[in-house]
Amino acid sequence: MKQTTQEQLNGPKEHAAWLSAKANWIRLSAMTMTNHARLGHTGGDLSSADILATLYMGQVLKVDPGRPLWPQRDRFVMSKGHCSGAFYSTLALRGFFPLSQLKTFMDPLSMLNGHPDRNKLAGVEANTGPLGHGLPIAVGMALAARMRKESWRVFVLVGDGELQEGSNWEAAMCAQQYELDNLIVIVDRNRIQQGDFTESTICMEPLADRWASFRFEVKEVDGHDHLALLQTFASLPVVTGKPTCLIAKTIKGKGVSFAENKPAWHHGVPTKEQLDQASRELGVEVTW
Amino acid sequence: MVSAAIQGNQEAEKQQLFDCRDAYAKALEDMAANDARVSVVINDSLSSAKMKDFKTKYPERFVNVGIAEQNMVGVGNGLANGGMIPYLCGASCFLTARAMEQVKVDLAYSKANVRICGMSSGMAYGQLGPTHHSIEDMAWMRVLPNMTIIVPADPVETAETMRYSLEHTGPMFLRISRIPVRKVHGDDYKFELGKAVVLREGNDVTLIANGVVVSRSLDAADALAKLGIQARVLNMSTVKPIDRESIVKAARETRGIVTAEEALAAGGLGGAVAEVLALEYPARMRMIGLPDTFAPTGTAEFLLDHFGISAEGMTKAALELVRNEA
Repeated sequence: MKQTTQEQLNGPKEHAAWLSAKANWIRLSAMTMTNHARLGHTGGDLSSADILATLYMGQVLKVDPGRPLWPQRDRFVMSKGHCSGAFYSTLALRGFFPLSQLKTFMDPLSMLNGHPDRNKLAGVEANTGPLGHGLPIAVGMALAARMRKESWRVFVLVGDGELQEGSNWEAAMCAQQYELDNLIVIVDRNRIQQGDFTESTICMEPLADRWASFRFEVKEVDGHDHLALLQTFASLPVVTGKPTCLIAKTIKGKGVSFAENKPAWHHGVPTKEQLDQASRELGVEVTW
Repeated sequence: MVSAAIQGNQEAEKQQLFDCRDAYAKALEDMAANDARVSVVINDSLSSAKMKDFKTKYPERFVNVGIAEQNMVGVGNGLANGGMIPYLCGASCFLTARAMEQVKVDLAYSKANVRICGMSSGMAYGQLGPTHHSIEDMAWMRVLPNMTIIVPADPVETAETMRYSLEHTGPMFLRISRIPVRKVHGDDYKFELGKAVVLREGNDVTLIANGVVVSRSLDAADALAKLGIQARVLNMSTVKPIDRESIVKAARETRGIVTAEEALAAGGLGGAVAEVLALEYPARMRMIGLPDTFAPTGTAEFLLDHFGISAEGMTKAALELVRNEA
């Protein structure tokens, strides 16, 4: 099941460069989908692309597109389900469904709903969209591994604004109580939510201290640095008996100059001209 | 003498009252013994959900999330994803209302194999008041696509529906009361999803009830019989999917239908029956339950009587239908 790519054989730097190209493809693919649907969440798609590429293309997740419901698989929960453009592009790139299906994003009766539906699309583990749902589900998945004496791990990607939902902290208390060291929460810390910067809305800092006070082992990394992400994922569990929180410091709209760090691009829709510019800046083309 | 004593015992047994939570807790333990997927999630509800013995016997399949219902439902989804069959056991008022979006998205929309055991539903908490009553749960659960709803009437049916739940695919809401009830089913009773049980035949009027109200509907039928009126009594324990056939048949064969339930009648069993009748066989009916109001202070028994969710209330409503009163 584990794919060994030429890029991996060439060494870590080449591997990181290869992942970076994959992430940029995911970025442009998501923007193309958003352009097609006239709806989408460009800013978060772009901030989370490197994390998704590392997890799925960097062979971190033990998943098998040929057997999406393989019982022993690692679970990944895309709690920030609104970033479905990046998520669907990643799943298709990894082989869970044909790339050509991305063309149907949000079309009438498409399997690619605005927010993911596990009953429609292989590779989707949880129906997300309303915020604060993914972490409780991930806690349940981690508990199930323990009950079944299985070794699967659970990765959940949450937004930083999303952490304003109280259900996350209910789940965090539960994760520490049950010492779920097979659980890793990845925070896409892009510092922007729908309407404004997080710190001007409801301040999230000191975010690392908050997670630490909930007895998570906290790591902070550059969420666009594939090597740093890979290194952290390779060291799980960081501390036996403790869940891990990886705060991935990211830039909303990363990689596309006109979208970077601008709240308006939370759900901005790119024009055809902007797509062309993004393609040039990202150095990739999307032909699905 | 001997014969009279036996009759006396049988009479005493008939009147013996049971807390359905005992039957549900015992069933869960039996199921866990035979199926490694059976697991329990509680929200600090160790006593109220009667899960002390389960916790002792199966600690590795027992999760207490604390007082955190949103997390509780999400955890249920995750456990099911991991191949377990989780039973979420807690007071119905908190489990349904506080976690409603999780019930909608994580269970109903996701079609998750999770069972909600809503404890002490309806007005079982009596004097504790409307914060602890769960009179809205039927309407809330019934409107959710993919949700199956069962309201068992007695300990026999409670145990039977618990056993059935293991075969079921998809989310399910089981409403388990703590109001003492007598047995209305024989010990050989077999539950069938979506099928009303005819507890008493009759062609003058139909009484449709579920849960703790079923025994009261049998009392109403007794009272009506004394007046020469033969009431058909249906135990509609499955509220969703509703047994359309039995409802239409009752509308055809009797002069009207009285529904009675321990919940808001609008949106509950009464609403479900009314919807079937309006579309398939318009008939005269009375809906007994809470009207559009929260309950005043009182014990559960007092409140049931107060709102006419009683033999007297049903008898009166049935007489109106039979006598063609407005």
